[in-house]
Amino acid sequence: MSHHDESTAERGPQEIADLPKEKVARFDAALPEILKRYPTDHKEAAMLAALRRAQEIFDWLSPAAQKLVANRLGAAVTRAEEVATFYVMYHTRPVGRHVVEVCTNVSCSLAGGYDLFDHLRKSLDVDNGGTTKDGRITLRQVECLGSCGTAPAMLVDEEMHESLTPQSVERILGGLK
Amino acid sequence: MSETLILTRRWPKNDPSIDGYRADGGYRGLEKAIGMAPAAIVDEVKASNLRGRGGAGFPTGLKWTFLPKDVRPRYLCINADESEPGTFKDRYICEYDPHLLLEGISIACFALDIHLAYIYIRGEFAKQARSLEKAIEEARAAGIFGGPKLLGKADFDLQIHVVRGAGAYICGEESALMESVEGKKGYPRFKPPFPAIVGLWGKPTIINNVETLANVPWIVEHGAKAFADLGAGKTGGTRLFGVSGNVKRPGVYEKPAGYNLKKLIMEDCGGTASGRPVKAVIPGGSSSPVLRGDEIDVSLEPDAIKAAGTMSGSGGVIVMDDSVCMVRALARIAMFYAEESCGQFTPCRQGTPWMWKILEKIERGEGTLKDLALIEQLPGNIMGQTICALGDAAAMPVQSFVKKFRNEFVEHIEGKGCKHGETGWGVSRGSREALVGGNRHAVR
Repeated sequence: MSHHDESTAERGPQEIADLPKEKVARFDAALPEILKRYPTDHKEAAMLAALRRAQEIFDWLSPAAQKLVANRLGAAVTRAEEVATFYVMYHTRPVGRHVVEVCTNVSCSLAGGYDLFDHLRKSLDVDNGGTTKDGRITLRQVECLGSCGTAPAMLVDEEMHESLTPQSVERILGGLK
Repeated sequence: MSETLILTRRWPKNDPSIDGYRADGGYRGLEKAIGMAPAAIVDEVKASNLRGRGGAGFPTGLKWTFLPKDVRPRYLCINADESEPGTFKDRYICEYDPHLLLEGISIACFALDIHLAYIYIRGEFAKQARSLEKAIEEARAAGIFGGPKLLGKADFDLQIHVVRGAGAYICGEESALMESVEGKKGYPRFKPPFPAIVGLWGKPTIINNVETLANVPWIVEHGAKAFADLGAGKTGGTRLFGVSGNVKRPGVYEKPAGYNLKKLIMEDCGGTASGRPVKAVIPGGSSSPVLRGDEIDVSLEPDAIKAAGTMSGSGGVIVMDDSVCMVRALARIAMFYAEESCGQFTPCRQGTPWMWKILEKIERGEGTLKDLALIEQLPGNIMGQTICALGDAAAMPVQSFVKKFRNEFVEHIEGKGCKHGETGWGVSRGSREALVGGNRHAVR
């Protein structure tokens, strides 16, 4: 956790009781399917998948959402925290309605990936990791997406878009509400 | 001589469903395997010279023999974390031919008496994870595995599950992968003990790469010798090489393991997209030492290319023409390792961002000859000093780029800046679609 001052909105809900009941119910309903994949004596193994599901439901992993996951898996809250902060696909800060992640690693940048990221940064008027003022898009520079032969590539809400051109990027982003 | 294709023959347009796969002779390898003694399957894989395709090239059959005889349960983890920059092959197996992988997994599990297998796939591969999930459902419904019997015949209960990562390169390292399957952050473990002895949940575990296991059905069906004969030296079979960067025809190529790197780039890929000379080639993923354009006439067979001072690692070939700035390219690679260091060991956690910062400073034209001396010294202080191979992976490109393109680093320092245009990424960027006609599938 960073030490700078954060607004209440950025800190998000703190306790499980602060989460919308309907969303908690949806999470609880999804859990058995996730747990089925692991031996019954290794419930904590479901941590990554449970956090992913929680993020889909609550939009981001607030302290309360992390506590919920830990609680349901019978794990310490710090276990949920350390996983949520270790992997880059988890958002421990609020994000925009859409997350756009552009690869700028070597193969992509040789095909214009860095130019694309730089262009989006300017046209959306955000820094790396920032969200547009209207809350529509969070832009991130990310590492190799395994699309080197179809570079440049980006993820939009975790779906891959490849062989990007300025035109196709404009079309894809234009379709985001 | 017609080329034998083991892994790509059904790419990309063939029906990836179980019906399509069976119509093409799929699951015949498993059919044959369940009629064999498990130990005979292991012997066959050993004799085939199949080597791990994730990067390290360890003999697969030998790895399988490391399992202790009487400890149960045992687990299989399939490494589909494909994250080494420049590598993009396993995703297509998962996407275009998921049953090939499932058949390989089934045979391996039968041979090794393993009843639970986890395919660990990087979180960014959502489409590929869905493709695998669908294939698993189809195979279960068809009675291939997942019930009390394999193919409805052999008494053998096998469960295969997909586990998705969440964005961490380090989880491709086998012990970090197991930590992640266990639901933890991806901190590599001390070795020894090796996973075959103490692995997932403390039990014996085999970890194999996707491409590695996808070869197993063919080996069982056609025999070890036929597979070994396709390769070269101590490496059997064909390999998937993913070529990216400045080439006319980027994509995944299936070639004999001993294929020539120059031929792959200049003939199969049609040379550089720009028509300019090849300046540098990263032959096996971003961690492999770089080759100069005049050094690429080498065999990609692991032992042969090792003699040339580098490695074919994960088969990810990145080509750069003479318009690309070597300091820029290396700084970006250094940034990757700084971003992806798990932070567990000091030389790696501190050394990787330090190298990155120095290289960015040199690229900006603010570097000094002292910085150059430092960047020549730092990799040696990281290599071999960390818990896993990431430290070495970060050090090797730095060592090799500075050694082979030292003049360019000196020019940046003396000329106080980069002469390779605004970004340093060369002339091919942005013009790719026009040059290659919009390569959508990256499959050749």
